[in-house]
Amino acid sequence: MEWFEPTGLAFFLLLTGDADLWRIILTSLICSVIALLLISPAAIALGFLIAKITFPGRRALVVLVQALLSFPTVVVGLVLYMLLSRQGPFGFLKLLFTPEAIIIGYMMIAFPVLVVFTLSAVQGADPRIYETARSLGASPLRSALTTLFEVRFGVMAAVFNGFGRVVSEVGCAIMVGGNIAGLTRNIPTAIALETSKGEFAQGIALGFVLIAVAIGINAALAWLQGRGGLE
Amino acid sequence: MNPSVARLTGCLLALLMGGTTLAAEDIRLATTTSTENSGLLNYLLPRFEARYGGKVRVIAVGTGTALKIGEKGDADVLLVHARPLEDKFMAAGFGSVRKDVMYNDFIIVGPKKDPAAVRGGKDVIAAMKKISTSGARFVSRGDESGTHQMEKEFWKDAGVAAQGPWYVSSGQGMGQVLTMAGQFEGYALTDRATYAGYRDKTGLDVLVEGDPRMFNPYGVIVVNPAKHSGLNTRGAMAFANWLTSAEGQKAIADFKISGLQMFFPSAK
Repeated sequence: MEWFEPTGLAFFLLLTGDADLWRIILTSLICSVIALLLISPAAIALGFLIAKITFPGRRALVVLVQALLSFPTVVVGLVLYMLLSRQGPFGFLKLLFTPEAIIIGYMMIAFPVLVVFTLSAVQGADPRIYETARSLGASPLRSALTTLFEVRFGVMAAVFNGFGRVVSEVGCAIMVGGNIAGLTRNIPTAIALETSKGEFAQGIALGFVLIAVAIGINAALAWLQGRGGLE
Repeated sequence: MNPSVARLTGCLLALLMGGTTLAAEDIRLATTTSTENSGLLNYLLPRFEARYGGKVRVIAVGTGTALKIGEKGDADVLLVHARPLEDKFMAAGFGSVRKDVMYNDFIIVGPKKDPAAVRGGKDVIAAMKKISTSGARFVSRGDESGTHQMEKEFWKDAGVAAQGPWYVSSGQGMGQVLTMAGQFEGYALTDRATYAGYRDKTGLDVLVEGDPRMFNPYGVIVVNPAKHSGLNTRGAMAFANWLTSAEGQKAIADFKISGLQMFFPSAK
């Protein structure tokens, strides 16, 4: 098979600590993890509030956030590009074509995913958890955290989904990151580049690396979940 | 599958693909983004199609990918610009005929302030040496395209190691590279046709031009029918012959952007 040898080579470079390949992988991981750390608290809080509080226009808001899940990531990239470009309102920050720009884009992409999944997790929880905590004298915040802890697997699923969505997307990262070697090139944009060079096998090899990394992370988290269930 | 379901699926597929299915006389042309983005193909193809009586379906990619597509027999004819790669392609037997078609010229563009002070120069090697030590950034295609191959030759001749914070390897197409150079107020090597479309958007100026080393030849290659079945070789030959005919060559010379000739006929 044509991709067999390059895939073997890719994993060889992976294991021998090849600087260029690891730089690409770390750019993917660092940007995704930082974006999720920054956006998760606000998104989970919003998901919880929408689930718990009834207010006029709530259904419309839920529909809107759910619709944002289908929003193409290149449109997020395009909007962000126009905001960050030298001619744009935030051009003075000089953030275009930096990893920071990718992180901001990832936060915008992960936000609706986290909100929607938290919302459905909280809605699926027994409403008596919150009420019981309140009646035992816990503050609203404390009661909210208790509820979120009870549905923690659902919340973790929200975070996994957000991670999966940003780590695999190419449109926003290539637009605001610029696919610059050694700076903003990550796994999906490197694959896009290999494809444009006609190096299809190299692209497939990097695809396998991405899958391996994703399996590693998900396995680690599943193991943590398993431990949590034993307690 | 249930026969009526199969028929329904067939109908749906036919409907979906109605506008895009390939007719037998259609020609699949794999070419570089420069011919497509500059508008040259939009100018040439209707003229050729009127003569030939079939459609040309364009796959616009980098030269490297275009050659790969030809190698796999997924196109009937190629219009590309990377002579060493083209020669390798022919030597490996993937093409049956190769002809010179035209050339375009490349230029160094950069910010109006021109911190490297290369404006008005003719020697591309001297200019690139200056840019490398000017503190301004140089944005490279970094995608192994024909343009990137040319740039790498220049760095080699200049004796400059193309790396460090000043050297931005973008891995993207010509348009994105120019956009990026505009954002960074940096320099770039570009073909004149793409630059013409991006001049106003990027605010970049032409700083170095006219060095014969920056002339870029295009060739047309007919994919070898001995390697693959199902190729439209008759159409591919007709296209290659028309491009290099007096009529095709005149059409190439007549194509202008803002009154400027972009490609220069070179068929023998």
